[in-house]
Formats: sequence, C-alpha cells, structure tokens
Amino acid sequence: MIDWLLLLSNAAQEIISPTTAAYALAALGLAIHFGFTGLLNFGQAGFMALGAYGFAIATLTFGLPVWGAILFGIAASIVFALILGVPTLRLRADYLAIVTIAAAEILRLLLTTNQFEPVTGSANGLQGYKGGFAALNPIPDGQYGFGPWVYNAYDWWVRLFGWTLVVLAALITWRLMKSPWGRVIKGIREDEDAVRALGKNVYFYKMQSLVIGGVFGSLAGMIFILPRAVVPSNYQTSLTFFIYAILLLGGAATVLGPIVGSVIFWVLLSFFSGFVARAVEAGWLPFMSSVQAGQLRFILVGAAIMLIVIYRPQGIFGNKKELAFVK
Amino acid sequence: MANAASRPRARRAPRVIAGLFASALAALSLSMASPAMADEVALDEYDFRIFGIVELADEPIEDVRLVITGNGYEVDVETDAEGRWAVGVPEKGDYDVTLDEDTLPEGIAVIDEEDETPNVREVTVGQSGSTVANFFIGQGERNTTSYLDQVLDRIFNGLNFGLLLALAAIGLSLIFGTTGLSNFAHAELVTFGGLMTLLFGVFLDVPIWLAIPIALVLSAGFGWLNDAALWKPLRKKGVGLIPLMIVSIGLSLAVRYVFQYFIGGGTSQLPGATGSGGSIGFFGLTWIDVGSMALSVVVLVGVAYFLLRTRIGKATRAVSDNPALAAASGIDVDRVIRIVWVMSGALAGLSGILWAYFRPGVSWDMGFQILLLTFAAVTLGGLGTAFGALVGSLVVGMFVEVSTLWIPSDMKYVGALVILIIVLLIRPQGILGRKERIG
Repeated sequence: MIDWLLLLSNAAQEIISPTTAAYALAALGLAIHFGFTGLLNFGQAGFMALGAYGFAIATLTFGLPVWGAILFGIAASIVFALILGVPTLRLRADYLAIVTIAAAEILRLLLTTNQFEPVTGSANGLQGYKGGFAALNPIPDGQYGFGPWVYNAYDWWVRLFGWTLVVLAALITWRLMKSPWGRVIKGIREDEDAVRALGKNVYFYKMQSLVIGGVFGSLAGMIFILPRAVVPSNYQTSLTFFIYAILLLGGAATVLGPIVGSVIFWVLLSFFSGFVARAVEAGWLPFMSSVQAGQLRFILVGAAIMLIVIYRPQGIFGNKKELAFVK
Repeated sequence: MANAASRPRARRAPRVIAGLFASALAALSLSMASPAMADEVALDEYDFRIFGIVELADEPIEDVRLVITGNGYEVDVETDAEGRWAVGVPEKGDYDVTLDEDTLPEGIAVIDEEDETPNVREVTVGQSGSTVANFFIGQGERNTTSYLDQVLDRIFNGLNFGLLLALAAIGLSLIFGTTGLSNFAHAELVTFGGLMTLLFGVFLDVPIWLAIPIALVLSAGFGWLNDAALWKPLRKKGVGLIPLMIVSIGLSLAVRYVFQYFIGGGTSQLPGATGSGGSIGFFGLTWIDVGSMALSVVVLVGVAYFLLRTRIGKATRAVSDNPALAAASGIDVDRVIRIVWVMSGALAGLSGILWAYFRPGVSWDMGFQILLLTFAAVTLGGLGTAFGALVGSLVVGMFVEVSTLWIPSDMKYVGALVILIIVLLIRPQGILGRKERIG
C-alpha cells in the first residue's frame, strides 16, 4: 500500500531544500537574461558548472578559503559571459541560443575528458571541498526542526546559506528592474532599435545583463553542490531546460516567479515521482517498470514546457502585456 | 581495442565497442549465469562484480593473469579457454584491472598509443552493480599503420560522417528557411529513423533491405505528423518564433524520453553493423562505409536536383527567400512547408540509419548526440541555405574526425563547436549565407 504521509513529507521537504534554492537562483539569473532582456541563453547549465567547479577547484587545487573560492567561481562565470557575449550579442537572438548551448556543452566535455583528470576529476567529479564551508557553520551540532523538516546542523547551514543568497539576489533583481538601468533593459527586450535610437549602447547593456544573470547562475551552482558532489553529468543541457521550465512556470519577466516556480516544480515533481514509483511497487501500473517510472518525469517536464508556452506564455505570476517573447 | 590495427571497426570508436561488449556481456551474464564459462573468483561472496574477456585478434587467450585492486581489496584471476574472467568485489567504486603482461604469449604486448600503461584499466562499479574490463590485444609489430594511412583513414571517416550529417542538416536548414523555426526536436527525427530500422529489422525480423525503406517511409510520416499535429496549428495561431523554438525544446525532451521509455537506456545493433567482416581492404573501409557514402551522395544529388530543377523545389527556395512574396505570386506556402517537413523527416531518418551504422548502434539519444554538430553545420554554412548546410556538414564532419589525430577522441566534438564560435566571430552569416539574414 502507498504511504501517503511519507510521499507528502518528502514533497514538503522540497519546499526548503538546497536544490530548490539552487534552481530558483539559476532561474532568477535566467529571468534577467531571458525574461527582462530577451537574451536566449541556453547555456545556464554552463554557468552553474563554472560556479560548482570554480568553487571546488579553487578549494581543492589552489587551497583558497571559502570566500576566495566563491570569488573564483564568480570570476570564472564573468569571463565565460564575456566570451559568449562578444561574438553573439550583436547578432540575431537565435545565434546566441546556438552559441550558448554549444559553449555549455564544450565546457561539460572539457570537464568530463580524461585530459584534466587531476584537476577536474574527469567523469567521477570532485568531492571533499566542503570542509571550509562546514567550519563556518554558526549552528551548534545537533538535530533541529519539526514535522518533515528535521535536519542536522550542516543541512540547516546549507539551507540558510542557499536561501539567503536567493533572497539577496531577488532583492537585487527587484531594485535593478525598478532602476533606470532596468527600464533600458526591458526596453531592449521590447524594441532594440528604439532603445538604440535613444542613444543607448544596447550591446553594452546586454553584456551587463548577461554577466549579472551568469553570476547568479554560478552562485546557484555553488548552492547546488553543497549537499552533493560535483559530477559533470549533472550539467547536461537538460539542466538548462529544467530551469527554463521553472522560469516559464513562474513567469519569465517577474522577480518572484522563478522562486515560486522552483518550489512548485520540485514539490510537484517529488510528489509525482514518489507516487509513480510507489504505485509501480504496489503493482498498480503493471505495464510500467520502476526505471520507466523514473523517465516519466522528463516526459512530463517536456510536455509542461510546451503547454505553458502555448497556453500560458506569461506563467503563473506574469503579466500578459509584459511578455518576454519578442516577435 | 588495445591494438586497433587488426580491428577496423574498433579504430573508429574504441569506447563504443567497449560499451557494446559491456552491454552484450552484461546481458549474457544476467540471462545465462553459467558459472562454468569463466574463471570466476568470489562471485558468490560479494554482490558486485567485474568481468571481461582477453582476446588476441579475435582469438581468446587462456591463462592470462589479471589483478583487480581497489577500495582496499585485491584479487587475482586467470582467463579460461574462452578468454573470459569474472571476479566479485565487495563494494561499488573504482578498481584497477591490471593485466600481467608476463603471462601473455611470447612477443605480444598490450599496446595503446593514447595510454602510457595500456595493461591497466580503471573501471568503476556503479549503479548496475557490475562492470566490464576487456582487453583486445594485437601483436606488437602489427600496429604499424603509417601516418599517411591514418590521415587518409580519418579523411574517409570524416567524409562519411559529414555526408550523413548533411542529410540531417539540410532538413533542419530547409525547415528554418521556410518557417523560421530553429527545430531542436530535429534530433528526434534522426533517432526515429534508427529506431524504426531497429524495430523492423531486428525486433520484427524483417530483412534489412526491406526494413530500411519501411523506416524511411515512417520517418517521412513522422515529419508530416510533426507539422500537421503541432507546428501548423501553432503557425495558424500566430505564435512567435522564439516561443516556437522553446516549444521545440520541450518536444525534444519529451520525445527523447518517450523513446527511452520504450527501448531503455542501452544500445542495440542493426544487422551487420559490427564485426570485422566486410572490409574492402582499403584504409579500413567496410562495404557498409562505402554503401553509406554512396547512398548519401545519391540522395544529396537528388535533393539538389529537386531544389534546382523541379517546380516545387523552386517554390521551396522562393518560400525560403520571402514567404509573403512567394504566397503573392501564387505559391501554396502551406503545401511547400508540408513537403519540406516530409522530406526533412525522411532525410533525417536516413541520416539516423547511417549514423546507427557509423557509431555503431541505436540508442534513445543518438540523434541528440549529433544535434549540436548539426546546428554547428547549419550555422557554419549559413542558416536557411540548403547548400550551405551541405558545405558546413562536410567541414564539421571532416574536422571532427581528422582532429582526433592530434586531440584525444573524447574531446573531438569540442573542436567542432569551437570552430562554430570562431566562425560566428569573423563571418556571422556563415560560409554561404547572406548578410541581411543576421540582423
């Protein structure tokens, strides 16, 4: 029989899980790129990989302290944004899409290849970089929490750190979009030529937007690896597509949309996967194996992306007048 | 695998071959579980296992000693009369499998130019609970392929790969030209061709000469279905190009995992795709390679004839140039787009079948593996131009294969994608593109 309480409790855990925070932050970065500026960045997985690997490699190979490792990851993502932006931001939107998706794949292949195994750990990835971060933990040892949310001190520290970053990033985004800079950015999304006619350097603004969203992506990558190891296969293009699903679900041109979208996405996904897995075990779905049940989530995410774009392009929170989709 | 000279297939994709043997042997060990076949150590004692086979030019070698170490555990094993061995290991993780070269017959060594210690294999016992470490050995002196031969071999491989890439790329480019859609789900059209050939040629036991045409017809139908069920209604609804592109990404994700849902995550072979037979004795080419290239060339010439000489082909190019003007001059744009989709479906399906022979193997994400290269080819040649896609594909295919002479083969796609970015820097419209398209 199905243990509904366990299913619900697992789903409830996703509300504050660090993975949810990481996806929310990555989606927020993508909201700046795609939602507010209209840049089709399909390489957000690459930015996340840079944050994750930047942090881990700076700690393990260069022996930097935590703040140094974080700065290293951020610097790596800024360089990546400049490399992506210089050739493509002058071209039509779909060129950026192709180049970003290709660049993220290049990065993943470079991180997977055996050539740099001593630094990147090749296909096995990296671990053992969490010591410095755990040492900063102000929470005394022990178990805390209530209901489904009972964790040890490290787990709470990761959640606290992750969600603090998400809140800060959301505040920064909100302030930015209220500022004159934000109005120019949204103007570029609506009509690039009009903004150019007003004497603004469109290329420069787009580049700034690409860098800021990319930095959010790399911070998301760091949150993402705190509860797990760094493994290159996590940074495939499907990661970017998951983040797009979250962004479109919440609303592309909103500040709260990516965060709420991420919570809804992970709660639903956890509940659904848990339910199907249990249902298969209980023999309710005789035509399906447990492996097939695991693949169902990808089919669902793909279908969700299509349906949202077709039927509710503004997402849950978005305003139909403020569509990220330039014609 | 260690010495590639005696195994022409292995030279192309040693890792793939190892993977194939892995799946085949894993299947064998699961279904038959006959303990007498291999010299086996501690299989009952532990849940996890490493196993493999030691062969010299397709002949098994007996009594070769292997040492398996890792996770504080060490075990010896010797191969049986069929070259097989298997050991149980206590936990998941990384292990080193060392082949004791002193136990090999006289004058034979494990040779791999890309590996300093070819007699040591690192393997990982992962989720599946078992893994494979195979040694395919050749006599040392046979590994003397001259540099020129290697270059020529790579060029032929690159030509073959570029031609099959072109089949997919032309469809992608024509769809982009006529509808403006950057179709990320094109990869699934490619996979569909391979899958249908697998379904009819292997699962339903239809002879392969019949299975391929059936698969092509179904691929064309799949292309038509894509347009009729999804893209045409969306065009009528007036959905913008960027939403369409994101829809295609969702479609790609969903369809790809539907494929995996039905055939699983493994790789299956089409009839005649593996084995060293069929070599024509010319730079390691096999009859399948030659047939594949010939078929590609014939089909590409056919497409060129269609586009340049037939009425509907000219109409296609007109729609590609300017749909509104084409419609005004009496061309039925919807009909042209429908034909383009059907044709692209069939071309992509054929590309998938040839790709299944080239890799070799059919898997759920085989199309997705070359999607970015296809996009690179199309962008390189100039988005929306059919002949640009052909030129771009040949450049990409050739570059991917020839570059493996200098860079490790697990990085060969990196080079092609870097080229794409560099070309966008200096000539964003692509080799055959026109400037106004990039605006």
